[in-house]
Amino acid sequence: MRGYLSNVYRLGVKELWSLRRDPVMLILIIYTFSLSVYTSATAMPESLNLAPIAIVDEDRSPLSQRIAQAFYPPHFLPPSMITVNDVDSGMDAGLFTFALTIPAGFQRDVLAGRAPAVQLNVDATRMSQAFTGSGYVSRIVNDEVTGFVSRYRDGVSTAPVELVLRARFNPNLTEAWFGALMQIIDNVTLLSIILAGAALIREREHGTIEHLLVMPVTPLQIMVAKVWATAGVVLLAAFLSLTLVVRAALQVPIEGSIALFLLIALLHLFATTSMGIFMATVSRGMPQFALLMVLTIIPLQMLSGGSTPFESMPQFVQMVMSAAPTSHFVSASQAVLYRAAGVEAVWPQMLAITVIGGLLFVFSLARFRKTISRMA
Amino acid sequence: MSDTVTTSVARLRGVGLRYRKTVALDGIDLDIPPGCMVGLIGPDGVGKSSLLSLIAGARAVQTGTVTVLDGDIGDTRHRDRVCPHIAYMPQGLGKNLYPSLSVEENLQFFGRLFGHGPAERRRRIDELCTATGLQSFLDRPAGKLSGGMKQKLGLCCALIHDPDLLILDEPTTGVDPLSRNQFWDLITRIRQARPGMSVVVATAYMEEAERFDWLVAMNAGRVLATGTPAELHAQTGTNTLEAAFIALLPETVRQGHREVIVPPLEVGDDEIVAIEARDLTMRFGNFTAVDHASFRIRRGEIFGFLGSNGCGKSTTMKMLTGLLDASEGEAWLFGQAVDSSDIGTRRRVGYMSQAFSLYSELTVRQNLVLHARLYHVPAEQIPARVDEMVERFDLASVLDKLPDALPLGIRQRLSLAVAMVHKPELLILDEPTSGVDPIARDAFWRLMIDLARKDKVTIFISTHFMNEATRCDRISLMHAGKVLVTDEPAELVRQRGSASLEAAFISYLEEAVGERHAPDAAAPVLAAETSAPDEGGGRRRGFSLMRVLSYSSREALELQRDPVRATLALVGSLILMFIMGYGISMDVDNLTFAVLDHDRSGTSRDYVLNLAGSRYFIERDPIRDHADMDRRMRNGELSLAIEIPPNFGRDLRRGDQVQIAAWVDGSMPARAETASGYVQGMHQTWLAQMVRAQLGVTPTPSVEVEIRYRYNPDVESLQAMVPAVIPMLLMMIPAMLTALSVVREKELGSIINLYVTPVSRLEFLLGKQVPYIVLGMLNFLLLTLAAVTIFGVPLKGSFLLLAICSLAYIAFATGFGLFASTFTNSQLAAIFATMIGSMIPVVQFSGIITPVSSLEGVGRHIGEFYPATYMVMVSRGVFSKALGFADLGFAVYPIMASVPVILVAATLLLRKQAR
Repeated sequence: MRGYLSNVYRLGVKELWSLRRDPVMLILIIYTFSLSVYTSATAMPESLNLAPIAIVDEDRSPLSQRIAQAFYPPHFLPPSMITVNDVDSGMDAGLFTFALTIPAGFQRDVLAGRAPAVQLNVDATRMSQAFTGSGYVSRIVNDEVTGFVSRYRDGVSTAPVELVLRARFNPNLTEAWFGALMQIIDNVTLLSIILAGAALIREREHGTIEHLLVMPVTPLQIMVAKVWATAGVVLLAAFLSLTLVVRAALQVPIEGSIALFLLIALLHLFATTSMGIFMATVSRGMPQFALLMVLTIIPLQMLSGGSTPFESMPQFVQMVMSAAPTSHFVSASQAVLYRAAGVEAVWPQMLAITVIGGLLFVFSLARFRKTISRMA
Repeated sequence: MSDTVTTSVARLRGVGLRYRKTVALDGIDLDIPPGCMVGLIGPDGVGKSSLLSLIAGARAVQTGTVTVLDGDIGDTRHRDRVCPHIAYMPQGLGKNLYPSLSVEENLQFFGRLFGHGPAERRRRIDELCTATGLQSFLDRPAGKLSGGMKQKLGLCCALIHDPDLLILDEPTTGVDPLSRNQFWDLITRIRQARPGMSVVVATAYMEEAERFDWLVAMNAGRVLATGTPAELHAQTGTNTLEAAFIALLPETVRQGHREVIVPPLEVGDDEIVAIEARDLTMRFGNFTAVDHASFRIRRGEIFGFLGSNGCGKSTTMKMLTGLLDASEGEAWLFGQAVDSSDIGTRRRVGYMSQAFSLYSELTVRQNLVLHARLYHVPAEQIPARVDEMVERFDLASVLDKLPDALPLGIRQRLSLAVAMVHKPELLILDEPTSGVDPIARDAFWRLMIDLARKDKVTIFISTHFMNEATRCDRISLMHAGKVLVTDEPAELVRQRGSASLEAAFISYLEEAVGERHAPDAAAPVLAAETSAPDEGGGRRRGFSLMRVLSYSSREALELQRDPVRATLALVGSLILMFIMGYGISMDVDNLTFAVLDHDRSGTSRDYVLNLAGSRYFIERDPIRDHADMDRRMRNGELSLAIEIPPNFGRDLRRGDQVQIAAWVDGSMPARAETASGYVQGMHQTWLAQMVRAQLGVTPTPSVEVEIRYRYNPDVESLQAMVPAVIPMLLMMIPAMLTALSVVREKELGSIINLYVTPVSRLEFLLGKQVPYIVLGMLNFLLLTLAAVTIFGVPLKGSFLLLAICSLAYIAFATGFGLFASTFTNSQLAAIFATMIGSMIPVVQFSGIITPVSSLEGVGRHIGEFYPATYMVMVSRGVFSKALGFADLGFAVYPIMASVPVILVAATLLLRKQAR
């Protein structure tokens, strides 16, 4: 048994050495877990940030000016005042997402209680801003009008029921918190698949796998060695990134337990490295592997709940994606890191990852055993 | 080619070369005479290959001057001018060939590179192939040729442009004697036809060097002596070149050398059979690689395996090691049937494969230690064992070097050391001494004999060296998968009545082939040398479309040979578009919520029903208490929790101010924002209804906001996402297709063709790019078609504009892949660099989800410079907004401009010479 484990250990150390001999790769790994995380975190605006808006003010009244002044950073860019004729061309060119038209005689009609309409044009191809933004614009217009009116008419009672709405876990809805952690989670998946898969193909292309096969080493040992070496590198990178970049540089308060996150990441890595090895056994060489990887990674990253809410995706996509370990990893990581959830809260996801990882491992080991003789 | 009287074809003055700390060449002064056959001889790692690569211009000159064909090879202009007159064949079997391309395609590729027209190419290819006997193998992929044929093809590729200077680096290493003879005959005939051509050859075979006109003996980066073979003999007073060379060596090196003496094998009564094979057969498809091979090898015997390249020796050895499962027949090692899952037997066997297959990323020492450990050599013995191997194989000076930096011969020694580190009882060695210099070979044999005679280690060895074969106890001759004969070497010579084993070997082979291999007398080797060599387009400077196309057609052929890749790119992108188009949803709905209702009145239930009835919210079981709320929000079950205070209904009716508390899960800010909007909106609606129901008055809103969603009136995610997914896929897939193209040539060695042929860096890159641009455009058409038909996203604007922008965009994407490929040194790093360089900016910074104008910091700048941003604008503009060039011009120019930028960057990073 000791000899068995020692083989696994030696083979894994060998993987680490080969990584060390590739300085470009090391720099790239450091970059993805530091600068890239930082860039992604700081680039993402707060949910509605600097939304470009244009106002067509045909009323030119104190009220319309009051409305125009209510749009300011950070939610909106200072509005550009345009004429009716510029609306279409400006929207076509994508210069602004919103165009608010205040008709002539607006203030007069408001004061007369005629409830006039303002028109809001929204560029619906910018989905993310379109939804949130139009709500914001409506509310701002309403608030300004109410405020304006209340100065002229008294006795406007406040609403009898007040809704006190708070955001939990991220009270100011700071996007950087979200972006930084999601970037690390994405990197963990990406790097582990590449490292494990490419390492195997490299052995095949350089003929070293042949050497391993004549030695007293089993396929299981070879595979476990690749899994632990990859997992070790990725976990270390994730840990440093979390503590140095996310906590120290970006000042994100991580409430949850980093240890628990790393444990979940370890389970996840078990699944993704198996996946990488499986892909390596399926592809005939590095070019095929590279392509296969792009095709796998894109949906894994876009559809696991890291970019858009998981529950809002169509049912069948949700079904397909729940077979992917990333969906559970993202959901568990969000729970642990953002909401300080403990094992009692995330055990279902952990179980799911373990089961998926176990299946992937057994499956790719079988496939590896089958193809290994053809690799030599 | 020159009017001046040339006294030397290459002149070196004070030439030095270092690889980091290692000195490869040390102050070389040398004049190589023109028009003759010059041989470089010397042990491994003395700088022969470095010297040749300097003369060929493949490697940059560090110190000193190298004058080749009357000009300084360090000068780029001169190098461009003379490189069509130099041909260079690097070390290693078929190193500069493309294995997936056929013989014909390889030759066509080189012909185009040197600018020959179709008819000219046909004539030259036919001529060369007739002369070399490759004519009947034109359709065979180069990778499937035997070693000897690969070298002949390499020679043809080198000769296709009528060089004045032919540089061959160990061309016959690893080639069987028959093919080797043919190879040198061929060179002789070519030289007869082209007397002006100078040939410089490095070789490890002293008997070959004996036939050369002029020799350069090298050792430790210096020239020991120069002169004709006769002069060297005279100088040293020896009659063989091997002896002469040993005599030339410094005393210290020479000391270790002794004559190899083989004590006879003592066959005891207790004869143990180490290897037995009975009717071993291996078939690959309908090709029989090994055909009923049978033999018995006794313990302690040195058993030699001889045969031409590709006759099945390696396959037989692989079957014995369990690497390949035999199609038929059986084999036993130490009386146990070979079983690939039997770990115990593996420990008793040491194996060395033909190709170098150790870890090039581990140092010599690390390789030795790793293998010792994997073979479970007890930890306390490892240092001693490693030291022993290092001493036996003379590896002390390279202990901390990486194998890639070592010459072939030393790498072979390392492989051997690794195969023996665990002291196996049986050694299976596949051409272990190929490429190893004579002195090291003798040392190696002394060791083997020692092992076999003293430690009773059984040695099963294949070789091409006849003097090695004579040292074996018995040898088997193999041809075309069959064992022709097995006996003692002397007995074989006697049976055939030949003068030497080599003659006996050739005679057996010829008998088996059934024809005599006299040089094809008919072959008019390039006799019809009518074309003036200098007329070739290869001389033309500047940009050549032909050379671009040469690389393009090569790349296209490779793409064609691997149809899985192209299919994967096309079908995969369609599937991805499908999943992403439907899957990425900006809609926020199906939000889960639950209520902590302290009131439980009709009013509070009414409030909850108002929320639950909306399509945005799904109600879950009521919350029991605050702890329950906390738990369920933490594990993500609830996105929204609402708490209604006690006496809510009563207080409301009384007209008291009441508060409802709501908590949104803020961990996903965008979702939280939208959810808050929904809750507030519904709260207002409920209030209005309540006021109307209870007070009977309709509160008039003082203003109404009419919202018009433009371009996508139903606000469907699909309509917005499909035009954005297309630029995303067109970036990532073409980039990944080209990402490996350069780095792969670096890893496999064919990058040398860039170094020594007239192709420029830009031509090289453009040529590689073209086929992938074509594939990318095909992909674009397919995606657009799918968008319009399957997804029903109407294409409202100008298709032509979209197509033109896509073309430029794909050119950028493929250029980006090449760019990533030029600055990385491993395929792993190239894939990773392409991945993070394309996916992260496209997904996050190019406006697919968040408009670039709303981004901040560095990300925003990336978005502003990255062409994907503009392609997303064009795609959305054309698909959804029916825009044309007039409106989108501002986005078209950046896309166009990005193409030359990325190509220039890639060109600058690519090197035209090795360093």
